[in-house]
Amino acid sequence: MYVAVKGGETAILNAGTLLAQARRGDPAVSEVSVAQIAGQLRLGVARVMAEGSLYDEELAALALKQAAGDQVEAIFLLRAYRTTLPRFGYSQPLDTARMAVRRRISATFKELPGGQVLGPTYDYTQRLLDFSLLAGGEAPVVAEAAQPLPEHLPRGIDLLGEEGLIEPELPPPGDPAPADLSREPLSFPAGRATRLQNLARGDEGFLLALGYSTQRGYSHTHPFAGEIRMGEVALEVVPEELGFAIQIGEITVTECQMVNQFAGSSTTPPQFTRGYGLAFGEAERKTMAMALVDRALRCAELGEEPAAPAQQAEFVLSHSDNVEAGGFVQHLKLPHYVDFQSELELVRRMRAAIASAQPAQEQTA
Amino acid sequence: MQANDRLLTPLLRVSGLTRHYGARIGCADVGFELWPGEVLAVVGESGSGKSTLLKLLSTRLAADAGRIEYALLGRGLTELSRLSEAERRWLLRTDWGFVEQNPRDGLRMNVSAGANVGERLMATGARHYGEIRAAAQDWMARVELDPARIDEAPSRFSGGMQQRLQIARNLVTKPRLVLMDEPTAGLDVSVQARLLDLLRELVTSFGLAAVIVTHDLAVARLLAHRLLVMQGGRVVETGLTDQVLDDPQHPYTQLLVSSVLHL
Amino acid sequence: MSATGYNFAYLDPQTKRMIRRALLKAVAIPGYQVPFGSREMPLPYGWGTGGIQVTASVLGRDDVLKVIDQGSDDTVNAVNIRRFFARTADVATTDRTAEATVIQTRHRIPEAPLAEGQIMVYQVPEPEPMRRLEPREAVTRTLHALADYGFMHVKLYEDIARYGHIATTYDYPVMVNGRYLMSPSPIPKFDNPKLHRSPALQLFGAGREKRVYAVPPYTRVESLDFEDHPFSVQRWDEPCALCGADDSFLDEVVLDDAGGRMFVCSDSEYCASRQHAGHTGPAHRAQRGSLAAARAGEVGIEQGKPVPASNDTASARLGRGPASS
Repeated sequence: MYVAVKGGETAILNAGTLLAQARRGDPAVSEVSVAQIAGQLRLGVARVMAEGSLYDEELAALALKQAAGDQVEAIFLLRAYRTTLPRFGYSQPLDTARMAVRRRISATFKELPGGQVLGPTYDYTQRLLDFSLLAGGEAPVVAEAAQPLPEHLPRGIDLLGEEGLIEPELPPPGDPAPADLSREPLSFPAGRATRLQNLARGDEGFLLALGYSTQRGYSHTHPFAGEIRMGEVALEVVPEELGFAIQIGEITVTECQMVNQFAGSSTTPPQFTRGYGLAFGEAERKTMAMALVDRALRCAELGEEPAAPAQQAEFVLSHSDNVEAGGFVQHLKLPHYVDFQSELELVRRMRAAIASAQPAQEQTA
Repeated sequence: MQANDRLLTPLLRVSGLTRHYGARIGCADVGFELWPGEVLAVVGESGSGKSTLLKLLSTRLAADAGRIEYALLGRGLTELSRLSEAERRWLLRTDWGFVEQNPRDGLRMNVSAGANVGERLMATGARHYGEIRAAAQDWMARVELDPARIDEAPSRFSGGMQQRLQIARNLVTKPRLVLMDEPTAGLDVSVQARLLDLLRELVTSFGLAAVIVTHDLAVARLLAHRLLVMQGGRVVETGLTDQVLDDPQHPYTQLLVSSVLHL
Repeated sequence: MSATGYNFAYLDPQTKRMIRRALLKAVAIPGYQVPFGSREMPLPYGWGTGGIQVTASVLGRDDVLKVIDQGSDDTVNAVNIRRFFARTADVATTDRTAEATVIQTRHRIPEAPLAEGQIMVYQVPEPEPMRRLEPREAVTRTLHALADYGFMHVKLYEDIARYGHIATTYDYPVMVNGRYLMSPSPIPKFDNPKLHRSPALQLFGAGREKRVYAVPPYTRVESLDFEDHPFSVQRWDEPCALCGADDSFLDEVVLDDAGGRMFVCSDSEYCASRQHAGHTGPAHRAQRGSLAAARAGEVGIEQGKPVPASNDTASARLGRGPASS
């Protein structure tokens, strides 16, 4: 009867204190600082920023610390903070072609202008536990490249565009302002800008599973990783009083352009189609999965029969948000005894009705 | 006077009905009239456009061009595209019926036979459980299903029984027009014959008008007053059933008829 | 006590205006689900974020707030939400239904009759009454637009065919003002008649699903049924063991592991005020001492629920109240 007790407030306060103590862990071990988390757990911080929809490494690291490393909880903390912030305006579209690239690879071209830039990646590491980290080894010194990268690397996928081999990426007719999902409810049918926003905030695990399902026959889109790039892009806004764009800073993003199954008919020449993924920070797995799901969700527009889960916009978009999902799954912990009492009473009554009918049936049998 | 009017007006009038799928023709410039109590069979091979025509008639598919007019009760011939969505849905669930080729598409498989037959009544305002149930039992008997099985799920019925249940579900509101898509195609030959007998009897006793799409000329012969022969999305021949089948004029019809023995 | 750095009642004024606009539309179209830009709240989705946003939007500094969950003011979630508004809005709170101007609830409607000028705020997990039969939002919105609700009766028909009666016991769908089908939120069907022509304004908030809807005062609210199987509510064979009420929704309290149990009012304030007025129930009269001991021993609580804690005590424990604000 934890629910019916007067004094529930004290219990709640005590639970909070216990949580704080558990988070701190052994006081003999020095406390982890927010700067350490931001600096050394950068991929964890990136995910919290991306799905928390707030680019702030310090606050994301703080959320991770407060959440004791639980990413979904940290994302929730950041979202609940974000929603209280005033909205000053919207930035200009990011120009990822002008990204200061730290990583840029393409699986569709052997070589491309500017080269394949591997950057910091786990891809070619052997996944062996590095016991030297137990001892707190020093970071190796990285040698400087003989020649610097060009300041801007053109997007590899644009090479296809010049030949008309891939569908152009154009704004929808009339170039309407995109909806803002953090201000307006999702409604169906949802346009691509809305879908991409939803996916960018969506749970990485959910998108990964859905993207994976498209590779295993639940919708088939023949994906190729056209280009994945990661680095810093400038963020620009146009203040009303100035009337021209000024740079207010730069953010790290990962972008994935998938090249997919071509579409065409006897009259329209075939072209490859696209799937797109973008997320804050270094988030390659997330953006690749996002691009697969984006392409699958474009089925109606490309004349494909929506049959697989990843093609059902309502299904995908309504269940991608881990703050919504985490809350609703866990609300089952709240007391439900009034509803349960109603069911209990009904089941008892029905059982009683059957029990009283049974002897009569046996007699007639 | 009123009876006279009814005789002078067709129930359904279709003209210039056209639908393309991209560059391909689904159905082109189809027109016909259907009179109360008349059964029209649309025959042709697969790809001839007969299924497209049925989808257009049932407003499940929008036409690129053409008109469908129906003699609404109390309103006379009305173009269906002028109806509001609410009026259209009301029409489809009261005065019209649609029998799917696969009964699983036309039934709610997760509710009982009784609920399936009673649904249209409930959707049109019936709120007396006992009366709904009595109507469902009555209709089950009329389509030769055992009314004692009213609480069973359709999945426990055979294919032929499911098809009869679907017919009962459609006829419970006494529609004046029923569209049927290959209603006997999925059934064994013996079951087919019994269902055809039942359909003929229901059509006659209720004065139903029907459009039946079939690739089976024997079905057309048995049920239809008139035939519409389609090829490549177009009507190539039309006329009284016996006349068309016994003396086909168009080469395609001749080919169809000659490919079937013992009509 | 108000936490610094946040707006009155947490939400910023623009957001509150947006929600109030949605609520006005909801009041204008009784039972219609109005989409709104639901915000992330510092409480999880599914834990009352819709109700909290509605309460935050209508709450003024002079309001007196009551929060209940399962009919009780003292369940963890009710305490948590009341603490939230005590921290962020510094409004007076109360256990007494008659004193409250705004009552936020999860899963119950108080037993004491509501009055004009009061606002009921319901927490709604799933605003769409047809969702279990039709998962696609695009379809259910069309069905609402066309008032095409036939298949809801198919479900009721199936219940009667299978069980002999309608087997929905809570979140029992209702028709509002003869037009919109509405989920009353997961209140027991016992409470459905209280929705009908209530003098209070009833607001419903679904945060995760981003919908608000309303039943304005004195609006017709009918539970779906058949003429020959009319809607009926739960009844118990015995009155409340503590206050003797025979007109309230009763919770079953398990007393021991030998099957001992008793039935007590789910509305803790109703029960307490009846006891305060001198009403007693059978258990209370017969075995007052041994019962209290048994409950404390078996369920490990420090204080039994039936003890009629006075309002002052409750307020003091919350650190604030009508007297101390």
